Amino acid sequence: MHVPEPKTRPGDSPDFSEIELLKFAPVAKPEISEPSENLRQLPFHLVRTLTDDDVAEGDWIPGLSASVYRKALEYMTITRVFDEKLLRIQRQGKTSFFLTSRGEEALGVVPSLALRDGDMCFPTYRQVGWLIARDYPLLKLVNQIFNNREDPLAGKQLPVLYSAKEFGFYSLSGNVGTRFGHSVGWAMAKAYRGKPDIAIGFIGDGSTAEGAFHEALTFASVYNAPVILGVTNNQWAISTFSGIASSEHTTIAAKGIAYGIPGIRVDGNDVLAVFSVLDWAAERARAGFGATLIEFFTYRAGAHSSSDDPKRYRPAEEPTSWPLGDPIDRLKNYLIKAGEWSADQHEKMTKAIHSSVSESIKEAEAIGVLGKSKPPVASMFDGVFSEPDWRNVEQLKELGI
Amino acid sequence: MSLVHALNSALDVMMERDPDVLIFGEDVGFFGGVFRVTDGLQEKHGRHRCFDTPLSEGGIIATGIGMAAEGLRPVAEIQFADYILPAYDQLVSEAARLRYRSNNDFQAPITVRAPYGGGIFGGQTHSQSPEAIFAHVTGLKTVIPSNPYDAKGLLISAIECDDPVIFLEPKRLYNGPFDGHYDKPLEPWSEQYGSDVPAGYYSVPLGKAQIIRSGSEATVLAYGTMVHVAQAGIKESGVDAELIDLRSIVPLDISTVEESVKKTGRCLILHEASKFAGFGAELSALITERCFYHLLAPTQRVAGWDIPYPHAFEWDYFPSPARVVTALQSLAAH
Repeated sequence: MHVPEPKTRPGDSPDFSEIELLKFAPVAKPEISEPSENLRQLPFHLVRTLTDDDVAEGDWIPGLSASVYRKALEYMTITRVFDEKLLRIQRQGKTSFFLTSRGEEALGVVPSLALRDGDMCFPTYRQVGWLIARDYPLLKLVNQIFNNREDPLAGKQLPVLYSAKEFGFYSLSGNVGTRFGHSVGWAMAKAYRGKPDIAIGFIGDGSTAEGAFHEALTFASVYNAPVILGVTNNQWAISTFSGIASSEHTTIAAKGIAYGIPGIRVDGNDVLAVFSVLDWAAERARAGFGATLIEFFTYRAGAHSSSDDPKRYRPAEEPTSWPLGDPIDRLKNYLIKAGEWSADQHEKMTKAIHSSVSESIKEAEAIGVLGKSKPPVASMFDGVFSEPDWRNVEQLKELGI
Repeated sequence: MSLVHALNSALDVMMERDPDVLIFGEDVGFFGGVFRVTDGLQEKHGRHRCFDTPLSEGGIIATGIGMAAEGLRPVAEIQFADYILPAYDQLVSEAARLRYRSNNDFQAPITVRAPYGGGIFGGQTHSQSPEAIFAHVTGLKTVIPSNPYDAKGLLISAIECDDPVIFLEPKRLYNGPFDGHYDKPLEPWSEQYGSDVPAGYYSVPLGKAQIIRSGSEATVLAYGTMVHVAQAGIKESGVDAELIDLRSIVPLDISTVEESVKKTGRCLILHEASKFAGFGAELSALITERCFYHLLAPTQRVAGWDIPYPHAFEWDYFPSPARVVTALQSLAAH
């Protein structure tokens, strides 16, 4: 019996030779009207625009203005700084749990900028960048992480499992993959109403093995739903490498083929390519051509969460050896080389971000960290149903409040 | 009007009233459903409002939750309650929890209809009664009608409800009442209690039990097909029992139950589902907690045996009026 095993483990040097090979093939950009049967080779390539020399090349250059990229750079940097600081806060015992988007910041920020108001994102828990890129107040994020009395979710949810309908951000859950099909249903509802809005659903590489992934693709295909189905393939599901999610035999994007859904694999650390592929898929969805499956090929540079130590299952140098680099560094270098940004500007921006994130944390700490401040206990009985059930009314009394 | 027609009428009325009501499930479109509950709805309201789905219960409910979160009022059919388990994750982890975990930011007002229960020689996979596994889940409502009038009114309330509702339809009652006397010819719904169904809109509130028969010696709690079995059993027992049709188990009309048991001092609980950890266990515990000093006898349960539903032994398994008689007489002897 064959049991897949990653090429390297702790103590070994990282080996990304296969991924190195992927980097150099230019990928032609099809028309959005191209039938899916003509796109069956697409998922075996890797769409890139930013070369190793920090210039943009090929069919997929999105042609957006540099100001959009500078915005993306700023929001990705906020996301990273936010993550770094909040992870330290968790280590100080000020909250129970945290996880970061490190290395994957583009996958929260860019979809948020690429899609419109009225579209709905069904995120994974590694996409806080969506909210940050829509200027969701950092203070509210930290209040949620502290479950303090100002927590927008009133202490009901684990840290980082946000919900923000007004910002196009669907309620998160710790169950992986269960919302993928909701994105299809949401998109079908928009199609039923004849609205131009679309949905974008995300799932991790590990969760593509869940039935929910295949059910969502089936429904998206059958009803030609205006949805983008995104897979954030960050190579690791806690300690489970992507080979256990079948990457030894095929690509995740190629799983669209059997459903008649175009699959595209894009370098998830290449902001320009991510913008471009999302625009292509969004345009297809809005024009009535249906769903697109996008595999965002990236690398989870941090731990899964504050509860695991990746040095116990992968080489310590892996995060810094990823052949497709770091999304923030690559965009920064591209903009500098294009004369649209400078090291000095970057330093100033980063410094300003550090102080504004720290300020939000301080403000939230003043309200209270986990356990030091919380919403009224009685509120834990709210929101089970649209109206209170007698059981909760009696239990509230039993609790003596 | 039969129970099937009453359900069909409820769906039709709601589709007329509210363009946000969509109906989907396996075989529900052109064909009108394996039990004909959605007959004619696609033809009348169009393919976009009543349509077939892939054979994917998890997919049906996931898609429905997404639609409901967007603001539609989806009514999904699961062809048999026995097949609802692939959707259990969606119902428990998502539909039931979406409102709470998002602190009211998102809701999932989906209605999930499913025929349930035995008495049709459906064997293990077309006869089960899974209500207890839904009643245990905070955030889900579970409704079970026992007659056409209630079926229509409760289904309308379920669709209008802002919470997810599991709507279990006693399939043995679809085309006629059934009191457990399987050797008697099938009676039609006409002339039966609850078969006079108004054509238009009306609703029956969720969480309101109905006293079908008042009595002084014992209280019988039942829902679905067992309401009819209870009626036969009470009649044959000679015990003056009060029969309460719970109509919904979540929300549970605890005050009607409590008031009755305090009055009679004896309680018999009926359900088709296996006894152990069935919904009867919860009812029994509630009665002990609330009515202990009024009780004259230990609360009894007549339920399915603790075995999978056995095809050849349909009538050995299905709780019979004779078992109701025995239980009532033993209760009354206290």
